[in-house]
Amino acid sequence: MKTSTLPPIPKPPSRIKSYLTFALIVLLLWSSGVKTGADFLKLADGLPNIGRLLGEMVPPDWSYFSKITDAMWETIRMAVAGTTFGAALAIPIALLSARNVARSPFLYYPARFILNLVRTVPDLLLAAVFVAIFGIGPWAGIFALTLFSFGLIAKLTYESVEAIDPGPLEAMTAVGANKLQWIHFGVVPQVTGPFVSYFLYTFEVNVRAAAVLGLVGAGGIGLFYERTLGLLKYDKTSSIILFTLAVVLIIDFITVKVREKWL
Amino acid sequence: MIKFNNVSKTYANGTRGLNRVNLTIAPGEFVVIVGLSGAGKSTLLRSINRLHEITEGEILVDGKSITAASGEKLRRIRRDIGMIFQNFNLVKRSSVLRNVLSGRVGYHSTMRTLLGLFPKEDVELAHQALRRVNLGEKAYVRADQLSGGQQQRVSIARALAQEAKIILADEPVASLDPLTTRQVMDDLRRINRESGITMVVNLHDVELAREYATRIIGMRVGSVVFDGPAETATDEAFAGIYGSAAESETRDTPMNARIHA
Repeated sequence: MKTSTLPPIPKPPSRIKSYLTFALIVLLLWSSGVKTGADFLKLADGLPNIGRLLGEMVPPDWSYFSKITDAMWETIRMAVAGTTFGAALAIPIALLSARNVARSPFLYYPARFILNLVRTVPDLLLAAVFVAIFGIGPWAGIFALTLFSFGLIAKLTYESVEAIDPGPLEAMTAVGANKLQWIHFGVVPQVTGPFVSYFLYTFEVNVRAAAVLGLVGAGGIGLFYERTLGLLKYDKTSSIILFTLAVVLIIDFITVKVREKWL
Repeated sequence: MIKFNNVSKTYANGTRGLNRVNLTIAPGEFVVIVGLSGAGKSTLLRSINRLHEITEGEILVDGKSITAASGEKLRRIRRDIGMIFQNFNLVKRSSVLRNVLSGRVGYHSTMRTLLGLFPKEDVELAHQALRRVNLGEKAYVRADQLSGGQQQRVSIARALAQEAKIILADEPVASLDPLTTRQVMDDLRRINRESGITMVVNLHDVELAREYATRIIGMRVGSVVFDGPAETATDEAFAGIYGSAAESETRDTPMNARIHA
């Protein structure tokens, strides 16, 4: 028999690790539930309230649409400006944060620290701070969105930069390029695609965020959220939500088209 | 001219990458370096344009020490040395022409190259270089649309546009099929003969080395163990370079001896 000369079939690796991981996840979930006091009974108690609120939202106050159109435009403009400024600021810091570009830990650790710091501060708090500095109005919102987009785009971009093919970089070194030429010809063409994706994604997020920022007086549609919720006019609130939904859907449609066409 | 003066490389963990290498490569030579994987072929080649650092000795390129050079000086020396890689190292999303033009950046100011304002002569030169490797009509195609052999020829065009005096090729045909291997090697030979550009090429295929080289250098564990004209590189000589394991293999298939490490 030929088979007897073959080495024995190896035993499959033990599955204990997978079981332990699963048990750990269950334990984490359960303990966080206990610690935060999450309770399904409470959820059941609250259900009628949810139902009542939803009931008051229907039907939406359609006539309210015309009143909030200007504010909606302002929200979109805030998102456009904030995302653009943020993206522009993100480029240099993303390059400084990328290990394969900055090379020295004295550059990329401080750069990453700044990014972590910026992303730690919630955008609503940023908006509140800028309202205190610049006063009520869209400028505060634009500054808040700029910082927020800066943190998000820079983080995502530097991770993409670190994942690029090192081959062209080596080729640019061999050709005798200086650092800026090296970046321009080796790095940039490899990350423009992802960068545009992150820009569009952040823009989408910003339209929604801009809607909320108005709550603290940073301009845009958020102001109307606050007003209608405060006055318990839920039918008007629901028309704002529907309007925002429509705008987000349109933007999503456009960004998908842009991505298909150019990326 | 490339001159190695007592060049050694010791890695941080103590491994010897290069061991007291002394070599002089004259202008216009077609040198092929052979040896097993890990014998130091790639280290030797990449130390010439300092993609790899050496730890002892000195390397002179056209009389200038690249070992001592830094900054602008180093970039000037590198500008005269074209390089071809196993994986082509093109920017796949950029056009072929842009890839070839990237060979010109060492000649211009940062501002000019960042704005993409290459002079007319440069664009002309790039088109010319592409025609020399028979890819003239592919100039505006994206690099990733080309086959492997075509991409490798684009990288040859990049070295041509660079107006390099020396071309280093690190396993240029290792990821290509036999037919495209011929085309790429033929291109290198033609350029070597027509323009007198010095070629230093790493290969693991013994037959290819014999066919194209004017001079063969054999490497084994970091040392040069053979150095002579292609005609003197006999089967026995190769057996010495590759060790006894490869000896029987070369004997078995003398017509197409391919050494697998």
